[in-house]
Amino acid sequence: MENSEKTEVVLLACGSFNPITNMHLRLFELARDYMNGTGKYEVIKGIISPVGDAYKKKGLISAHHRVIMAELATRNSKWLEVDTWESLQQDWIETATVLRHHQEKLEASSCDQQQDSPVLERPGRKRKWAEQRQDCSQKKSLEQTKTKGVPKVKLLCGADLLESFGVPNLWKGEDITKIVGDYGLICITRAGNDAQKFIYESDVLWKHQNNIHLVNEWITNDISSTKIRRALRRGQSIRYLVPDLVQEYIEKHSLYSSESEERNVGVILAPLQRKTAEADT
Amino acid sequence: MQIRIHQLLHAVECPPLGSVLGGTVRSNERSAHPPWSSQSGRVAAAASVNVPDKMKSRIPVVLLACGSFNPITNMHLRLFEVARDHLHQTGRYQVIGGIISPVNDNYGKKDLVAARHRVAMARLALQTSDWIQVDPWESEQVQWMETVKVLRHHHSELLRSLPWKEGLDQGKADSPAPAAVPELKLLCGADVLKTFQTPNLWKDTHIQEIVEKFGLVCVDRAGHDPKGYILGSPILQRYQDNIHLAREPVQNEISATYIRRALGQGQSVKYLLPDAVIAYIKEHDLYASPGEE
Repeated sequence: MENSEKTEVVLLACGSFNPITNMHLRLFELARDYMNGTGKYEVIKGIISPVGDAYKKKGLISAHHRVIMAELATRNSKWLEVDTWESLQQDWIETATVLRHHQEKLEASSCDQQQDSPVLERPGRKRKWAEQRQDCSQKKSLEQTKTKGVPKVKLLCGADLLESFGVPNLWKGEDITKIVGDYGLICITRAGNDAQKFIYESDVLWKHQNNIHLVNEWITNDISSTKIRRALRRGQSIRYLVPDLVQEYIEKHSLYSSESEERNVGVILAPLQRKTAEADT
Repeated sequence: MQIRIHQLLHAVECPPLGSVLGGTVRSNERSAHPPWSSQSGRVAAAASVNVPDKMKSRIPVVLLACGSFNPITNMHLRLFEVARDHLHQTGRYQVIGGIISPVNDNYGKKDLVAARHRVAMARLALQTSDWIQVDPWESEQVQWMETVKVLRHHHSELLRSLPWKEGLDQGKADSPAPAAVPELKLLCGADVLKTFQTPNLWKDTHIQEIVEKFGLVCVDRAGHDPKGYILGSPILQRYQDNIHLAREPVQNEISATYIRRALGQGQSVKYLLPDAVIAYIKEHDLYASPGEE
């Protein structure tokens, strides 16, 4: 079968989604068209993983609302879903860890499917991944089943994330290596040349360039959450920039204001805090 | 459409000037300064009266957008929102309605799908809007017509829908306070403003009528310099007070041309236009391959 030659891919987007906009949603559509268009991949799912409140970014409102807005935005999508694991953690979680979490989850459920049994999650108890993986690898060696490869998680992002790899202390070097080495990056950008140059100038990115897919966004669709929040503070319309349900939810709950924009002012962003803490020990 | 504007007009507060200034104004004085004109605002300001914004008479405005809408996109819809915000922010206007007028099939533009589809798609896109409507009049005419004629038509429709008509030109002392006469303004992107310069595309007399009698609300577009276009044209310069340049803070270049190409190549256009429009396009197999219809 043709399909079994293609690698199944799950797109994972991490970010504040403060709030989610039509542009975020477009990233998924563009990435899916591109990956499917190569003939080598089949995108089966897209996951939106809003960051936890512990990230401490300026103007970041409660994860509770950001998750609901993302869910409203993806309500009528057949392949996009919202995952709350990251947002529910007490501490801020590095992106590489979120990727690993989702990859392991996929491996576990893929293994369950191979066993021909329904996913065994007895109420009140989640099987530990370590257990599942052990079962899985044992069963694999015993049975010579013809299986589809496990779907691969890839990080979906805009060029701003790619270039943030260059911000001192924001990312751990080993995390960048894991992200592009073990998983892969799909980066939607308008300025393809700048992104290529950035990859060229980084030894780590250059080494794994085959795992970094640059997708051109021909339509200038500059709907940044910052601009949305600014428009809201000024009483300007955000219709047609975010899904209608999101716009209604924001209005109903008066989510964004000058006050909300002042949250976390003077607080150091979690990844920078952690880097400093590690340097001290 | 007429009935709706009728209802909306009543919603616009236009108190008689006398009550605003706290004194009595004889009715013949009132007719000299019709409450719906911007004069009343300026007079109140000159008298140093601190008039709360909503008490000042704002000029009611209806925005009219002409174009192919082939298909309608979120960017078209944004034009209306941005224009409305801009006019409200000046303090002088109250936008009471919006009209989308898809062009006639006989316009002869390449790849133009049948008007009935373009009208239907606009209608679907506007299902969730409480102030913008599609009007198929232009598309139903026997032939293509110049924009100024579409403006004239809709303007006379607006006047006809006013709750009364006789007092307008007679200014009778005992006539009831008239609902303000709304202004109809042409809404467009900065690229359209530029086309005024294209030789033979617009008649000079039409350009003049558009900016003099109606007015223009022109929304920014990347790569265009609307102020420059105005400065470069004597007609536009003369009536620049009637040309409102609105900034779109979010650069959003969703061209219908791109949409058609993406559809032709089987790519997703989700989140660039309303879902209902995408569903319609798929259902009717529009734009399925380049050069359809």
